[in-house]
This record gives sequence, C-alpha cells and structure tokens, in this order.
Amino acid sequence: MVAKTQQSDPEDGGRELWGTRIGVILAVAGSAVGLGNFLRFPGNAAENGGGAFMLPYFVSLLVIGIPLCWAEWTMGRYGGTKGFNSAPGIFSVLWPNPTAKYVGAFALLIPLIIYMYYVLVEAWCLGYAIKYLSGDLMREGKDPKFYKNHLFDFIGANEDGALFSPGNWPFLLTLLACFAFNFFLIYRGVTKGIERFCRIAMPLMVILALIVLVRVLTLGAPVEEDQNVVTGLGFMWNPVGDKLTDPQTWLAASGQIFFSLSVGFGIIINYASYLRKNDDVVLSGLTSSSMNEFFEVCLGGLITLPAAFIFLGPAVAGLTGSNFSLGFIALPNVFAAMPGGQLFGFLWFFMLFVAAITSSVSMLQPVIAFFEEGLGLKRHAAAAILGLLSALGCGFVAWFSRDTKALDTMDFWVGTFLIFILAMLQAVIYGWIFGIKKGDIEAHQGAHIRIPRFVQFMLKYITPAYLLVVFFLFCFYKLPSSDTLLTEIDAPSAKAIATGDVPEAVRETLAASEIEIPAESVVAGDLSTTLLVKKAAAGPTIVFIEPVNDKFGIYQHKAGQFEGILNSPVAFSSVCFIAVVFAFLLILVRIAGERWEQEGRFRTVEGSAS
Amino acid sequence: MLSSTILAAAEPLSGAGWSIMLVSIGSVLTLVSFCLYKVLSLPPVDVEEHIKGPLEIDTGDTDETD
Repeated sequence: MVAKTQQSDPEDGGRELWGTRIGVILAVAGSAVGLGNFLRFPGNAAENGGGAFMLPYFVSLLVIGIPLCWAEWTMGRYGGTKGFNSAPGIFSVLWPNPTAKYVGAFALLIPLIIYMYYVLVEAWCLGYAIKYLSGDLMREGKDPKFYKNHLFDFIGANEDGALFSPGNWPFLLTLLACFAFNFFLIYRGVTKGIERFCRIAMPLMVILALIVLVRVLTLGAPVEEDQNVVTGLGFMWNPVGDKLTDPQTWLAASGQIFFSLSVGFGIIINYASYLRKNDDVVLSGLTSSSMNEFFEVCLGGLITLPAAFIFLGPAVAGLTGSNFSLGFIALPNVFAAMPGGQLFGFLWFFMLFVAAITSSVSMLQPVIAFFEEGLGLKRHAAAAILGLLSALGCGFVAWFSRDTKALDTMDFWVGTFLIFILAMLQAVIYGWIFGIKKGDIEAHQGAHIRIPRFVQFMLKYITPAYLLVVFFLFCFYKLPSSDTLLTEIDAPSAKAIATGDVPEAVRETLAASEIEIPAESVVAGDLSTTLLVKKAAAGPTIVFIEPVNDKFGIYQHKAGQFEGILNSPVAFSSVCFIAVVFAFLLILVRIAGERWEQEGRFRTVEGSAS
Repeated sequence: MLSSTILAAAEPLSGAGWSIMLVSIGSVLTLVSFCLYKVLSLPPVDVEEHIKGPLEIDTGDTDETD
C-alpha cells in the first residue's frame, strides 16, 4: 500500500523528504496528540459546561482549527519546494520582506521553549509508568493524601532545587533517558527517526487507550451505587446550558483547539516543508486533524473523567482545574481502587509517555532544521547546540520546581500567549500577503479532496477576526488581577472571622466556592486587611474581607499574570529567560538571513517563482 | 457556577448528554473513517513515482565531520 522510505530525493534537490503519505500524517497527528488530549480536554469540558462546551469546541475547530491547519500545510509545502524547511526561510519566501524572517523566529521560540518543560512532564509520565510496573505506587494505595504528597515530592513542588537533591537520581536518570531518546530520533532525521517512530507509536497508543477505555466502561459501580459509568459519563457530557453564553467557555474551547491541534506552534509548517510539490496537503491535513480529534473526543472524553468520577464521585470537580491534579493525583487514586489497577496504571502512564514523546520530538525538528539550513551546520553539530540550549532551559524549569512556577509561567506566556500571536501572524500572512487565490491554487496542487470555496474567504476575514476577539478576551480575563465578591456578611461575623472563629454559615457559603478556611490560615488584624489563605490544588487562593456599604464583603482575589510576574522572582526570571532565548534566536535569524542573501537563495526563489 | 456544575455532575447521563456525546463521537468517528479510507485506498503510484534511485538513500550528513 505504501512505498518504502527514502531520505532524500535527487529530483527534489537532494533535500530531506517524508517517505510515505501515511507516515507524514501519523507524524503530524503524533505531534498534535499529547497530554492535552487526555488531561486538558476533559478537565476543560467539565469546568466549562460539560456537553455545552462541545458547541464552542466544534465551532472553534471549524473556524480556526482546520482552516489554519490547511493554511500551515500549504505554506509549509510551498516554502519547502522553494528550498526552505525552517520558519524564517519559509516566511521570507511567503512574504518577500526583510521583517518576515524575524516573524519566523516566533516559530522557533515556541517549540523550543515548550520542549524545555514538556520533556520534564514526559519524564513524569515515564517515571509513573515505571513505578506502576514495579508496584511502587500500589503499595500504599487507597490513600488520597499519599498520591498528592507523592506527586509533590516526585516533581519537587515543595522546594526549588529539590529534584537535584541527593537520592533523587532515579528521576534525573528518567529525564536524561527522555532527553536522549528525543535526540536519538531527531538525529536520525525525519524519515528514519520521526516517521519510523510515529508509525509504531500511533497505533500503539490507540491499542493502549482502547484497552484502558474498555476497562473503564466495564467498571460498573465499585464504590457507590450512584457512582457508575452512566453518572461518570453524565459528569463529563451533561450540558450546563448557561455556560454557552459565558465568554470564558468560548475562550477555553478556542484555547483547547489551539493547544490540541498544534496550530501556531511552528511545527506543521516545518513538517509540511518536507513534502514534494505534488504531495497532497488537503486530505493529509484533514486526516491528521481528525485523528487528533479521535484521541481527544472519543478516547480522552470517555476515559479520564468518567473513571475518576466512578471512584472519587463529585469531589473530582475540585481536580479538573489542573491537568496535573487530574492526571497524577485523581487517576492514581482510581488505579489503586480498581481491580488490576497496577497493570492499567502502567498502560495509562506509558500511553501518556508515548503521546508526549511523539509531541516533544516534533518540537525539536523546527529548530534543528533552522540550525542546519540557516547556519550551515551538519546534523550532529546542530543537534549538539540544540541539546545544550534545551538542556539549559530544562535545567532551569527543573531547578525552579516549587509550585511548578517556572513551568506554569513558560506554559502561559509561550504555550498559550505566543501561540495566539503566531497563529494570528500566520493567518494574516496567508490571507493578506500570500493571498487566498494563490493559496487556493497551491493547496489544491496534488490534492485528493477539495477545500470548500468559503474556507478561503474564512481564512482571509473570519479566522483572523475570530482570533483577534478571542485574543482580546484572553488578555482581558488572564492578564490583570481580579477580585470576586463571594458573599456579604454582617459586622459580628466579620469580627468573628478576624479572631479565627468562622461562623458555620460563612464556612458553608465559602465551601460552595470550594474554599475551606483552616483556622491557622486566618490572619487576624484590622477587618479590612483580614486575609484567609487557602492553598488549593489548582493554586493558591487568597480570600479577603473588605467593607461594602454598611456590611462586609468576602472577596476572592485572583492574581493575574502581570501580578504573578511582579510578585514572584521565579516567574520574573522565567519571562527574562524567554526574552534572552528570543534575543539569541533573533541574532541567529539575522546571521542566517545574511547568509541566504550572500548565497543568492532568495534570488533563486524569485527566479523560480517568475 | 462551579456548584451548578457539581450538581449536574451527580446526575446520570441525561437525554441531552447522550445526544451531545453520541453526535460528537459519531461525527469524529465518521470524519476519521472517511479520511483514513481515502488515504489508505489511494494508489501508491504517486508516491513511488518520485523514487528515482535506491529505496534507502542516505544523505550522509550524519556521517561527515564538520
């Protein structure tokens, strides 16, 4: 059915190319399928209206997800046929302007920074899989606190530098193994490394996920009668109607589509550049997107939350706000109580590890391609420099492990914020500079199905506008800090709280917002400065009391990202680190641009275009 | 908001829940089946016609020294 692999084609100037049609589809799908499909999607859905979340989710998929995928595939293949595999080169071909190559630097920064923390999470998955294999995580099963403490110890969330303390060498070895495996694949190249691995890894993931799915759907009601598969599915899929009108639901759905499909990462554009002029991009792009949706909706949507609900009940709602809590605290509790839990725990975490590695390896390829073609480095030199750079970043994230502050900061500013920026830039370059007419002709070169005509119109007007609205909403909700009034209380109650005696009625009201007030957390003093601090699973929650008219209000303070940077030296250092890496990449892009000019690479492109 | 989610969570899968779940999963399964059928049923000739030399060509860039 499929031709055997080749690494380069003399007819295509000897450049590196994908070996098979299904190979490139599996590689792109492998890049998209990751932890987000199994942990982020169900948590997002449950927090944003369950079944009601699916409407904005599918709208986002159709308006921004699939159209942008097609645009990235088309632009990537076009750049590749003009002799470029790296984003700075491809963008220079698409937009003959000296600024274009610097826009391409975003498509290097994003995958590189994400790799720095993603490989750490990958090592957590492998570490948990090994622990299930050896039975370590089953010995003290059925103790919810054990799994939380274990996770915090394992990832060093209690103290900076904890991962490098003596006695923690097994984790460091795991991290080193993940690092080495990623670089082994990348060193072997796109065909012999990435493609060959994905052709084994993707079917393996389907098999592992299906085994776990069958186990979850046949669990029955092992704990309580009303905690069964049907109520578990109800927790995930029952719609909460009023969530549809909440802008945050639409924001969450768009973010999920972005993160899940790897749109705006700079990866698809690089992968597509290894295609030949007449290789299909329309059907391939749609197939890889739909495979990602299969993992997310059909597997992630049926496994994670229903399983957690069956064993933990409605209490699991408190863990959906954090991917790590859901994956590494809730599910180990489930496996501890589940018959055959050790085996299924191993299969689950090994599947997450495989999903993570198909994604992490794709994050290295755009940068290594740039080092090779921009700086003229051979594969081993490029791999060595990239290895050093990414090890430095990974070491930074691993050292500042307290409350996963460095990881969260990088994930927000690069893994969310910059992805929006790059996606918008790509939409503008495709729709307004490259042009939808040219894009339509280019996309259908060798295509096996047609893109509906209105999609090109959407790519020019609707997709950038939709992205812009979502981006402004995102900035409005996430960047500044906010205070939410939880309840109003009278003066005697406020005085009682200030002395550490919280009235039962107030305690119950706060409990409805998932805020428990341990007595020792009350900071007594002036009523207007009384603070009640609760460290929740999803992060610290600060509650304070302030006079409102002739009463007192209990407010919940949510720190925005700006406040986070100003108040935390680690968050501030993380942002500085990102800026330094970006500056370094910009310098390299400038050097590469001068090199390409001297070699007449752009003149060749202009010549072939005319 | 959160409490309303929790209240809904304790309920079994409702009619609307069933419908959304089945439509979502059904649509995705239909799409992925269609795409895979199209991809796997395409003739391999357009891939093979590009191969002009030995099947395993090594660029050699990993063997050379700088």
